[in-house]
Amino acid sequence: MADIVLDVQGLTKRYGTFVAVDNLNLRIERGEIFGLLGPNGAGKTTTILMLLGLTEPSSGSVRVLGYDPTRQPLSVKARVGYLPDAVGFYDELTARENLAYIARLNGLSRKEGNSRIEEAITRMGLSNVIDRPVRTFSRGMRQRLGVADLLIKRPQLIIMDEPTLGLDPEAARQFLQLIVQLRDEGITLMLSSHLLHQVQAVCNRVGLFSKGKMQLVGAVPELAQQVLGGGYRIHVQAQSAEATGNGARNGTALLGALRQIAGVQDVERAGEDRYVVIGKGDLRAEAAAAVVNAGGRLYGLDVEAPSLDEIYSRYFQEVDHGANA
Amino acid sequence: MAQTLDQTIGATPQASPEAGVERTKREGSPWTGLWAVVAKDMADHLTSVRMLILMLLIVLTAVGTVWGALQEIRSAAPDDPFLFLRLFTTARDPLPAFVGFLSFLVPLIAIGLSFDAVNGEFNRRTLSRVLAQPIYRDALLFGKFLAGLFTLALVLTAIWLLIIGMGIFGLGVPPSGEEVARALVFLVATIFYGGIWLALGMVFSTVFRQPATAALASIAVWIVFTFFWGIIAGLTTQALSPAQFETAQQVIAATDLERNLARISPNTLYVEATIGMLNPAVRSFGLLLPSQMAGAIMGAPLPLEESVLLIWPQLTCLIAATILLFALAYLLFQRQEIRA
Repeated sequence: MADIVLDVQGLTKRYGTFVAVDNLNLRIERGEIFGLLGPNGAGKTTTILMLLGLTEPSSGSVRVLGYDPTRQPLSVKARVGYLPDAVGFYDELTARENLAYIARLNGLSRKEGNSRIEEAITRMGLSNVIDRPVRTFSRGMRQRLGVADLLIKRPQLIIMDEPTLGLDPEAARQFLQLIVQLRDEGITLMLSSHLLHQVQAVCNRVGLFSKGKMQLVGAVPELAQQVLGGGYRIHVQAQSAEATGNGARNGTALLGALRQIAGVQDVERAGEDRYVVIGKGDLRAEAAAAVVNAGGRLYGLDVEAPSLDEIYSRYFQEVDHGANA
Repeated sequence: MAQTLDQTIGATPQASPEAGVERTKREGSPWTGLWAVVAKDMADHLTSVRMLILMLLIVLTAVGTVWGALQEIRSAAPDDPFLFLRLFTTARDPLPAFVGFLSFLVPLIAIGLSFDAVNGEFNRRTLSRVLAQPIYRDALLFGKFLAGLFTLALVLTAIWLLIIGMGIFGLGVPPSGEEVARALVFLVATIFYGGIWLALGMVFSTVFRQPATAALASIAVWIVFTFFWGIIAGLTTQALSPAQFETAQQVIAATDLERNLARISPNTLYVEATIGMLNPAVRSFGLLLPSQMAGAIMGAPLPLEESVLLIWPQLTCLIAATILLFALAYLLFQRQEIRA
């Protein structure tokens, strides 16, 4: 039980007749990176605000690190770091002054606050701009300052709302690395995003959130199994032994051989001597054996794990399809 | 955040966790982090260009009017035991007296300090970050109000000391104890008069997302009370009273009505409070009936306690209005969704 960092049961938020979050159930364990995915307006931010006690739930129960955010918001907020989307700072103040305010709001002594600020700023690589006003900071620097701001209170759980939105690819990559580092230090993270490939790169588990409901929860391969029934793509580059002039027919033979493999859902020709096998798992070894047994020459073999993009779009296609039918 | 209010007045604890949202007393003091907010916002105010401009304006006004008053006092050389108080109230053409200036400069400063208190945090997107720290909203709003009030008090006290200093140099005599006491009550009244406008600015800064709209709304209220309220009170009285006065009672009643209507304006309250305090000879703000003057010596000053008693209603009204307006801002802020 001690390892459950976040426990949400039947969480619902209504604004008048509009249901922003509908009967949400969720558990996050210590040391996880959980990705909350969904289109804009799906209720991600509302959920996060309820977890922090910044908005009151209409019904349902929430336990964050064992505390109830509506009754014990101070305990929750002292232990949970929140990085809002497009985090704002007091532009006319320096980075140090901005963080000093946060340290004081957290009830830290001046000495303790200063040492933590120094540590957090150095960690985020902002030491050389610590005494510059924040208005001179780039988007990436602001985002790093936002993380430094979280580290001041030494949180056990960090919630980030669209953390990589608006960052250039390199800054986003560094930021994702940072997220993994934080996880390795024992901090549990929850991030909301709609940038799926980034989420897939770092998250242990994801939840697909749409229209106020958590539609699917699980690790990416699990979801792939569930939605795509596998979704692994094996790229095979192979040539038949007697491939001279009549490649097309020989190709058909290889195609047939690949189709025979157990667990294959589909095989496509992606070009001359190139095939794509879609299967339930990593079927590279089986594909290689099939090519060799059919007398073919294997030149290349590669596997592509199912992408979250695919799961996401397939899932919502199916949902829409189901709704329209 | 209706729940916050329930909790503040101590809703009964419920044991059952199944009851959806549990309505129990919330943890900790609502004022956790209050002084951090006060310190930060005061530092912001005192270093802002906006404040610098307002400070310059009021210092120039103080120096100008008091210098004018000194000339006037010297040339008239009146034999007055309350010479110092005249520094505040004496006008010399073309300048009005210092208190006259204050009655419309103080609202401007107070509005300037508060019109972007809440919506400024919204627009800088700092509100959610600050409220994600272990503090309640109560501390944030009250901290901002106190920071404004302390800044105002600091500025006004500095001006007050400046005037007293100029008086000692210009008149060559130190103020008497009673003069200092009267001037201090005047200072307190001025600070709370500013408090009303500060709280009004906060109400508008909570209601409107755009600081410019909030500033404009505050200024509009200020213009109505400063320039038009007297006219409005007069017209309303005419509408409500008989067209022709037949008895003395009717005349008195109509005058009372007009005066009470005028007192809805904080400016009227403030002006009455300052006159009562700084001019010891004033013994009533309304019509003075012959019966009230029986046995009185014309122009004889009231003792300090009597003057305080005279302006007591005005003083309490100023303080009460400040508290009420702040309470309104507080209610609005507690109910507001913080997502941008």
